[in-house]
Amino acid sequence: MMRLPPFTYLAPRTVADAAQALASHGAAAMLVAGGTDLYPNMKRRQFEPTVLVGLLAIRELRGVRGGAREGITLGSCTTLSAVAAHAEIAAHYPALAAAAGLVSSPQLRNMGTIGGNVCVDTRCNYYNQTYEWRKAVGFCTKKDGAICLVAPGSPRCWAVSSSDTAPVLWSLGARVRLHSPTGERTIPVEALFRDDGIEYLAKRPDEILTEILLPPADGWRSAYLKLRRRGSFDFPVLGVAVAVRMEGDVVRDARIVVGAVASQPRPAPAAAAALVGGRLTPELIARVSGLAAGPAKPLDNTDFTHPYRKKMTRVFVARALASLAGLAPAGWPAEEVA
Amino acid sequence: MSEDPRGSFEGKHEFTVIGQPLPKIDAWAKVIGETKYADDLFLPRMAYGRLLRSPHGHARVGRVDTTRARALPGVYAVITGADLPRVRFGILPVSQDEEALCTEKVRMVGDAVAAVAAVDEETAERACRLIDVEYEPLPALMSIEESLAHPEVRIHEYGDGPNVHKNVSLQFGDIEAAFARADLVREDVFFFEGNTHLPMEQHAAVAAAGPDGKLTLWSSTQTPHYVHRLLAKILETPAAHIRVVATPVGGGFGGKLDPFAHEIAACRLSQLTGRPVKIACTREEVFYIHRGRHPVLMWIKTGFTRDGDITGCHLRTWLDGGAYGSYGVASTFYTGVINPVTYKMPVYKFEGARIFTNKPPCGPKRGHGTPQPRFALECQLDKAAEQLGLDPAEMRKRILAEPFTKTANHLTVTTIGLGECIDRVVEASGWRTKWRGFRSEGASTAPSEPPPEPGRAGGARARTRRGIGIACSAYLTGAGTAVYWNNMPHSGVILRADRSGGVAVLCGATDIGQGSDSILAYLPAEILGIDPKDVHVHPADTSLTPVDLGSYSSRVTLMCGMAAIQASQRLREVIAQAVARKLEVEPGALAFRERKVGVAADWERAVPFAQAVELAETTHGVLAFAGSYAPPKRAGKYKGGGVGPSPCYSYSACVVELSVDEETGEIELHDVWIGHDLGRALNPLLAEGQIEGSVYMGIGEALMEGQIFRKGVHKNPSLLEYKSPTTLETPEIHTFLVETDDPEGPFGAKEAGQGPLLPVIPAIANAVYHAVGVRCDEVPITPEMILKGLELRRQGRPARVGPARIPVFTFKAPVVVESAFGQPADAIAVRPFQP
Repeated sequence: MMRLPPFTYLAPRTVADAAQALASHGAAAMLVAGGTDLYPNMKRRQFEPTVLVGLLAIRELRGVRGGAREGITLGSCTTLSAVAAHAEIAAHYPALAAAAGLVSSPQLRNMGTIGGNVCVDTRCNYYNQTYEWRKAVGFCTKKDGAICLVAPGSPRCWAVSSSDTAPVLWSLGARVRLHSPTGERTIPVEALFRDDGIEYLAKRPDEILTEILLPPADGWRSAYLKLRRRGSFDFPVLGVAVAVRMEGDVVRDARIVVGAVASQPRPAPAAAAALVGGRLTPELIARVSGLAAGPAKPLDNTDFTHPYRKKMTRVFVARALASLAGLAPAGWPAEEVA
Repeated sequence: MSEDPRGSFEGKHEFTVIGQPLPKIDAWAKVIGETKYADDLFLPRMAYGRLLRSPHGHARVGRVDTTRARALPGVYAVITGADLPRVRFGILPVSQDEEALCTEKVRMVGDAVAAVAAVDEETAERACRLIDVEYEPLPALMSIEESLAHPEVRIHEYGDGPNVHKNVSLQFGDIEAAFARADLVREDVFFFEGNTHLPMEQHAAVAAAGPDGKLTLWSSTQTPHYVHRLLAKILETPAAHIRVVATPVGGGFGGKLDPFAHEIAACRLSQLTGRPVKIACTREEVFYIHRGRHPVLMWIKTGFTRDGDITGCHLRTWLDGGAYGSYGVASTFYTGVINPVTYKMPVYKFEGARIFTNKPPCGPKRGHGTPQPRFALECQLDKAAEQLGLDPAEMRKRILAEPFTKTANHLTVTTIGLGECIDRVVEASGWRTKWRGFRSEGASTAPSEPPPEPGRAGGARARTRRGIGIACSAYLTGAGTAVYWNNMPHSGVILRADRSGGVAVLCGATDIGQGSDSILAYLPAEILGIDPKDVHVHPADTSLTPVDLGSYSSRVTLMCGMAAIQASQRLREVIAQAVARKLEVEPGALAFRERKVGVAADWERAVPFAQAVELAETTHGVLAFAGSYAPPKRAGKYKGGGVGPSPCYSYSACVVELSVDEETGEIELHDVWIGHDLGRALNPLLAEGQIEGSVYMGIGEALMEGQIFRKGVHKNPSLLEYKSPTTLETPEIHTFLVETDDPEGPFGAKEAGQGPLLPVIPAIANAVYHAVGVRCDEVPITPEMILKGLELRRQGRPARVGPARIPVFTFKAPVVVESAFGQPADAIAVRPFQP
């Protein structure tokens, strides 16, 4: 079987201690929460840290505070199961509860955390393979090699952002709090990401994502739809997050963010703008969904063909908007029960 | 029928064990995790091995330098092909083309070239990376077309032509005359993508060379006997000094039926180090070991009368065999020879070719070679029924093969319960209403409106269409011939009883989860009137157990079951004589039940079983009795006639109801109704489990599974990215057991573990057509294919998705034989080793 390499596991009790540990070990160290993504990657030697700074013993990073009226704060180590099952989130930020509940399988949601899902490594089917496999096919720029095997002419890595919750948090206008030995900063979640398969996070290596802050729900409705081959286990190969704020039956504000079709979640501002001031009629939805597919730039490095994923972006945006308009139940007839 | 094969014991059908839904005898151990699989074995001083595998799809192997690896602390031994006898081997005598560690050429990514034994797996893995291998890359041929187009690049030097492993052609009757008689002649082309077994347990083996020079191998194998034979050849060690024990197998499905590099390397490393050596394969390695479903391209031409009768059928198959022979010659025949068993097919012609490619070798997977042509035939029947204006269920019922007759290709068919299978699934599914009803909604052949543009539906309700489809099939219950020619038993059982009242069963059969250990407990328990718990089953140990050929071709329940019945009857007879003397009655008057032996009318005087054994042991001495079984010799008298004969055939009918989303192309299965003629359900619980497992596996093959290669490498060798259905994709499965009490089977039983997979795949394809009017002549049926078909429909073109052409290829001149269609079956119970 594939085995984890040896490493030192540190279990600090406070964020300050964790930040200190991270800083003192420098590039040799990585953060780990549930480990549902990191450990398999370590078994395949995609990451080779000698020190892991575990966050699960830090009580302050767990739990959900606040309410829809004033906004909600999620500790970054709150499990995905807890987020999915949280009544206030399910009622007022339903897209987030849905996305958290669609990650992988029940067992992994019980271990995996919201912070971990936001920061989850980008994926590519030339990269998420064993050392021997990658050697046989030729190493790629994300690990051990010099070129991108998906787009050999490109100077950058095209691994795919594979978080379900990141596009949703973006569409909800969430912010994230980052802690380092030199202080704290709070940035919009979109500022956390970069469109690069390797350097996909704008967070500094010494920073720890401690909290996710949701703004007041304030009349926003939201939905998240996920494309994957099977009803469980699979990472998204397309995720569509839509949020609209209605005044009567007129759209006052809207955000559409698509996931898993680029190295970071991609907003569709033109599509969102086309919604504002309109009513969610089938005609408007059809027009907007066409616009929303524009920013989706899938390549041939995940399950399904990339033209199909591009084509489905339009269908999924239409369905998500239709569900918000009350025109149809969202998405899938039979979703997984946590 | 000259004689009831069940002998004097049982003319009545009052069973106490047989037919009961008992848990498997190993159920508790499995549920609580106590079962010891090969990777659970830990022996003192054990070393851990790893294989170094080729990163090249096709290359000459130059110098292999192990110096750096040997120098690594913790490494006990490093071997290459030079450390093994220069012997080529293969499971079939006609395809001796493998080396455990390649010396001259590697023929696929994943071929092993060296092996290491070390203090732990990590060290062994590090050592593998320190082995320097010089390769001279050769062009890798990754498809049938490439291999045929490049005869100058030969993957093997043997075979029926450059890169052609096997080329067969058989003809039974005048095929042109048959087509001339037809009112409708259809020609269709189909493609069935290859897929793999995906057992939960990854292959693992532990070898221990003893100080006495003898060798023991514990391995997760379906066929300890064949591994035993081949180890003797490969290691040049007398078979008498080798013991192979099959550990409980966590899923086989045909993937653990060959001797493998890790088993051979473990043996050699143990001989060299004097330590037990374990090699447990990774999931990725299991994808390279493979021996799974062949990708098969098929051309099928069938003549029909206007009533739906088949006048004749001509089938051509091209198999992508991968890098080695394995069971491929048998697979090639199996793509042709079982088709005539299901329906009246008076004239038949079959041409097949297996092509070598630089991919993991294909071999036997559940249904061995038959799901692919079954998909072709059943989809073609659906198309013909539509053209002829016939209900496809009624059409199939009309053309069912006749029981106790021979087929065109000289196979003897005994009982056939297919008509009842069709009736049961048609009835339960509401076929008649739904088949007409969904159609009238206008979704199918004559759509009242074109399908919507993707995404154009806007706010409208998701556009899903419901469809229903049917297909049938037949499968063998045990191959009539062994993989090597011999006249010995195919299965043997030794039954031992003593004064404890316990009975031990020794049998070479391997339980791969199908429940053969349980069957070996139930049958003696039934005959001896004791509880299955009183029976101790000792399976699959070549030093202790009589030979059984292995768990393949659905042979185990029938063959070891018949041997167990024979041994049980012999034991029963001796016990009956002893008890009869004591009770002063005729032995024939005695009943065996409730752990007692006595006369039914005077049950108070019945002797407890342990005491009955004691009486017999006193008069007879040690009570150990053997049973043997070999199938009736019915091979057709022509070259190739050895593949296809079986003691009897199982039959299945399947109806699938599903929905297709016209915007996304996604398919959702709602219900599967499956009727299976299994002769008799020895344990209905186990039989249903086998049938449900088959349905599940068929769904995966129909909708998502595929061995896909990119840049010469398997694209997704992991459980996450090789997509196989989860419970969420598995619909309600309604199983109907149809009992025909076959004279060839133990208590009338036929197989249930492979056949029910076959009709599921074409039933799904036919239901997809019924739902959205798209003919998918290729599996797996993906959402992309559905959307492509709908786009063709929108353009007013034939909505068919599938292979466009067949290879340019010359088949051999056929072996032409008279059709035996309709001849009466030979006498049923004439088989070897009968008293």
